[in-house]
Amino acid sequence: MAKTVAEINEKIRKGQAVVVTAEEMIDIVAEEGVRKAAKSVDVVTTGTFGPMCSSGAFLNFGHTKPRMKMSKVWLNDVPAYGGLAAVDCYIGVTEVAEGDPLNRSHPGEFRYGGGHVIEDLVAGKDVLLRAEGYGTDCYPRRELETWIKLEDCNQAFLCNPRNAYQNYNVAVNLSKDRDIYTYLGVLKRNLGSASFCSAGQLSPLLNDPYYRTIGIGTRIFIGGAQGYIFWQGTQHAPGVARNEHGVPTGGAGTIATVGDLKAMDPRYVVGASFYGYGCTLSLGIGIPIPVLDVDMARFTAVRDEDIVAPIVDYSRGYPYFEGGPLGHVSYAELKSGKITVQGKEVPTTPISSYVRAREIAENLKEQIKKGEFLLTEPLERLPAPESGLQFKMLKERPLRRAKEVL
Amino acid sequence: MATRRVVLRFPQQLIDEPIISTTIKTYDLDFNILRAEITPASEGLMVIEFSGQDKPLNDAIRHLKKTGVKVEPIGLDVVRNEGRCTECGACITICPTAALYIDLESRHVYFDSEKCIACELCVPVCPSRAMELTF
Repeated sequence: MAKTVAEINEKIRKGQAVVVTAEEMIDIVAEEGVRKAAKSVDVVTTGTFGPMCSSGAFLNFGHTKPRMKMSKVWLNDVPAYGGLAAVDCYIGVTEVAEGDPLNRSHPGEFRYGGGHVIEDLVAGKDVLLRAEGYGTDCYPRRELETWIKLEDCNQAFLCNPRNAYQNYNVAVNLSKDRDIYTYLGVLKRNLGSASFCSAGQLSPLLNDPYYRTIGIGTRIFIGGAQGYIFWQGTQHAPGVARNEHGVPTGGAGTIATVGDLKAMDPRYVVGASFYGYGCTLSLGIGIPIPVLDVDMARFTAVRDEDIVAPIVDYSRGYPYFEGGPLGHVSYAELKSGKITVQGKEVPTTPISSYVRAREIAENLKEQIKKGEFLLTEPLERLPAPESGLQFKMLKERPLRRAKEVL
Repeated sequence: MATRRVVLRFPQQLIDEPIISTTIKTYDLDFNILRAEITPASEGLMVIEFSGQDKPLNDAIRHLKKTGVKVEPIGLDVVRNEGRCTECGACITICPTAALYIDLESRHVYFDSEKCIACELCVPVCPSRAMELTF
């Protein structure tokens, strides 16, 4: 009774595939049971929209006349990495515009960075390209200042080493006397607020917890375009403890993604500034999951109640590795608006947009129903829990010479 | 050097008097009119920024009040740029009056401007900078 991706694609081509979102799948399984749902549903679509700091874009500007090897590159004053061939660069989303006061006056505002440059490019705006080169016989030009647009680039693609974290910490602040400014937003002192950042039951990797269908080569929705997973994401750690539903109880799997910037929509590629922390990009990602068998039907029916996340203190616990989690809490509790930590009621605040995650899952569902988006079979699996792959700390080996000199 | 933004309301009988001109000359102030609506036969309104030394600045405000002009602190308004808001919810625990809140069922994030006290806390906290100040 198991289905194959090829069979599902055949149904999609004929307009006969049954496609539902991960939210809808919960109700279907509750009504019909997993066996029936495994037969009746072909594809479950997922979605997530939130800050994804390990993102960036490769751009190729085309050659100048005379030619130039752009070794230092700025886009709207945001430094991009030019240590590539002549007119290629990589702009990372957390790079801050030059001259920004950063956290010198804490908390800094971080108004403009690489994520904003990428949003502006996708929105079709003019961006100021400034470049310096040291001059060679083949690339004599040394300076350049010009307006460019995305359409002027030969190639421009998002290429993100780590996206769509499978589960994440819930951040709180145990400090008695100060609010803190983190990548999970402002955390009010004395357990004054709790931030969480996952679409929970709609989140891609939480609907395929063992990476059975999501792998290298999987076609995905990324920033409004169709893109691909090209590798395991950095910090991919499948060995994290899992609960009875197979769901990791902390940050676990990640994916490395790629997609054509020219086909993206600024609605799903939004530059972001985290007060006192820095710049980043809020990105929308959606992944369709083929319901191959009963297990996949069960996995894709995962509910917020079944997914728990660790509560972590970001005043000392996270930055200094002091103590473990303060407990675990489900996404159903987080979405109720308050959780209890150390006996205290704490209001919760989401950092990722569930509304937009739902919109992405719906958008993907419509594309598949219309036959515009076909599913893929992974060319290779992402490392699974049994791979033994662990997330390692950096083991510092200080320079010996430094001591001798002292 | 200090600057102060104020809202001035001119009663009808003062509209044809050169009040701003004499005030800035007398107290040696710089000024920048941000908004003005002055029409004959009705109350005039001006949003103005004065800059100058502390003491003359305060004296000037006192002088304006004496002439019959109503001086009010600027009323700031916080508005949500709907196009930029992604409805994440990062603002909701920061807003002290729950003017920004999330509907627990639909997960939509709403802004009730009636409840907003223009404390501006949400402005830098919004990751996509959707909360803006107007006056």
